[in-house]
Amino acid sequence: MKFMRVIHSIPYFIVCCGLPSSSGAQVTSERLLNSSKEPQNWLMYSGDYAGHRFSALDQINVSNAAALVPKWAYQTMAGGKFEATPLVVDGILYGTGQDDRVYALDARSGRPIWQYQRLLPADIRPCCGRVNRGLGILGDKVFVATLDAHVIALDSKTGNVVWDVNAAEHAKGYSFTLAPLVIKNLVLVGVSGGEYGIRGFIDAYDATTGKRKWRFYTVPGPGEPGHETWEGDSWKIGGSPAWITGTYDPATNTTFWTTGNPAPSNRGEGRAGDNLYSDSLLALDPDTGKLKWHFQFTQHDEHDYDATQVPVMIDHGDHKWIAQANRNGFFYVVDRTNGKLISATSYAKVSWSTSKDTMGRPEPDKAGAPTLEGNRVCPGAAGATNWMSPTYDPQTKLFYVTAREQCDIFATAPQPYDAGHAYYGSAYFPNDEAQPFWGALRALDPATGKLKWEWKHASPTWAGALSTAGGLVFTGDAEGNFIALDAASGKALWHFQCGGSVFASPMSFAIDGKQYVAVAAGSALFAFALP
Amino acid sequence: MAVALRAQEKNPFSGDAKVAKLGESQFRANCAFCHGLGARGGGRGPDLTSAQKHHGNTDTEMFHNVHDGIPGTAMAAATEGGIGVGMSDEEIWQVITYIRSVEKKASAAETGNATRGKELFYGTAACGTCHMVNGKGGRLGPDLSSTGVSRSVEYLTESLRSPSKRLAKGISQPLKDFAQEYETATVVTSDGTKLQGVVLNEDSFTVQMLDTREQLHAFEKTKLRSYEKTRDSLMPAYDAKILPDKDLKDLIAFLLAASEKGAGQ
Repeated sequence: MKFMRVIHSIPYFIVCCGLPSSSGAQVTSERLLNSSKEPQNWLMYSGDYAGHRFSALDQINVSNAAALVPKWAYQTMAGGKFEATPLVVDGILYGTGQDDRVYALDARSGRPIWQYQRLLPADIRPCCGRVNRGLGILGDKVFVATLDAHVIALDSKTGNVVWDVNAAEHAKGYSFTLAPLVIKNLVLVGVSGGEYGIRGFIDAYDATTGKRKWRFYTVPGPGEPGHETWEGDSWKIGGSPAWITGTYDPATNTTFWTTGNPAPSNRGEGRAGDNLYSDSLLALDPDTGKLKWHFQFTQHDEHDYDATQVPVMIDHGDHKWIAQANRNGFFYVVDRTNGKLISATSYAKVSWSTSKDTMGRPEPDKAGAPTLEGNRVCPGAAGATNWMSPTYDPQTKLFYVTAREQCDIFATAPQPYDAGHAYYGSAYFPNDEAQPFWGALRALDPATGKLKWEWKHASPTWAGALSTAGGLVFTGDAEGNFIALDAASGKALWHFQCGGSVFASPMSFAIDGKQYVAVAAGSALFAFALP
Repeated sequence: MAVALRAQEKNPFSGDAKVAKLGESQFRANCAFCHGLGARGGGRGPDLTSAQKHHGNTDTEMFHNVHDGIPGTAMAAATEGGIGVGMSDEEIWQVITYIRSVEKKASAAETGNATRGKELFYGTAACGTCHMVNGKGGRLGPDLSSTGVSRSVEYLTESLRSPSKRLAKGISQPLKDFAQEYETATVVTSDGTKLQGVVLNEDSFTVQMLDTREQLHAFEKTKLRSYEKTRDSLMPAYDAKILPDKDLKDLIAFLLAASEKGAGQ
């Protein structure tokens, strides 16, 4: 596959897409489908429907990356984790930040155009920080899903609320943290709250009116297939949230979503069974929310191994795959036409599973189950990776993922369910006497599962990765560095100390033929370019 | 309800065993990651079973520390869900009720002679060469002024007998999962100068260290001729031959007395 060079291609885009100027054109669903034709823009969370987080821009490349400089920073002035990936459409950047703030910036200068702040009630229950990961966009609206479990459409020119719907009771532990996925005229979101004994779901809302079109419960109710995988009434509080943005295959009109842990996360007693559809990959019809098939990564999970990692679509010859480096430490390749497992290989230290079932799925060892005083298991509760995005580079044909080498001691104790209160049934903590924990960006070959190279981080990090046509992979570290690596070798070509941990996944865009790479770090969004 | 609970200076659930049980669940989910099971300390977070707490012993102080975090330490605000989940005010009081239920009443300081411990510390045991207590001593090792109240006697004993088993924690940065540890670094600079010391901070590209002569250095790793790091502490292991059990108890008694004196300041 050949990639156009952005410097030469900008006039072409203007002609091809009929854009009157650098801004003002509506984002149509056709533009979302053809996002690869306008690499100067970043139209959705992962950059494209395939979840590649790959930029076809190559102005910044292996030969000049060492010259990168910061061009601007936008300070949210908020504390906590800044996990968002912004969108860029025709020179305007749309982003979110901590506490459900939304902003539009001049993407060339970083100057704000409008800002929206959701007034959050005091009784929200965000499990893991007051975070938000980004927006969806369609027409003249951007869509944000909030910590008080609302889905909101904002006017992309003013930030005014166009519609606002309440999806669930936030006081019972329901919240949203993900960036919505827009398909056709629908806004898809999945709920957070696996730490509170919610019943997970994925929703689709009409982008024009906010009316809910469908809901898919990720824990089947009585009479539905999979209900038998839950003991007694445990399904009612079975967790299985869906808090990372899905992907979409227009060829088969299928949207792929992944789900999180069954609740309580670290105690299997009381919920005997596989606990479908926790820790699973779901193939849904985006028009109806009907389940086409499912694949469960971790059955009867007791280690909080959410499968909420972006399910990446890879075309390998005639094969149609979903690749996922799972929090449980295995790199899975699944046939996305039918949900059949093709391979599962460990890409980080794993001790929870030492055998595979007849399907080839790693299965939990009884010896790895949490105990009263604790049992050391790898990966730890934060996982071999987590929500931070991987990237697939169609040029190198490699899958790059942030790996965390950390084991934890998992303990468990009985805990009654109390609506709105943490429902772990457990504790987990690092083993103090172990060797220090560390991290790495790993380049995996999806065809073999083999490690091609790794870049070692000083400590486990929460930064995602971006690959570009310039032969680069960008990532960050917990120490605050934003780093450009050679995608072929893993050699560091450039880094910048942002002054705060990179807790987000990078993206790239271009204005007036100039390529930028942007990433959130500390409390600021940074944009880098060549001098 | 939440506001009313917070406004109270005293724990509304004080001494309630049922609430302590609820607090234990919250503690396991939210606090044990650093403070360990049973609040006995986990290496990352202090032992909370000590009656004296470095950052305050009153209910109000403890509530504030959990609710808002402790600036300059790894202690995150519970409300932000730094580790574990965010806690409501009611849940914070439950946790405090639980911590009170596991506090040890007697001071371990009684087991040794603090005055003699002080003489050992600055004298024959030579701890003061590298460690500071309440402003007096060396800089190479961690400041031990508050160690007595934040670490269990077992932890202190282990630190003396086998200092490399669990390296002491240094600087922690917001949103970084793990604090820097007191690792030992040996560098050879581009001009051939060899230095040894402790790592104060480090990332993939740079290292900041204090050498054995208490000089600060900051290096770009690629500009060093060599850079080696080990997890063998610069501190010698004080085995029973060098430091008999009685001396060890006296030293710990000194640390406890010193930190109880300095607590809350």
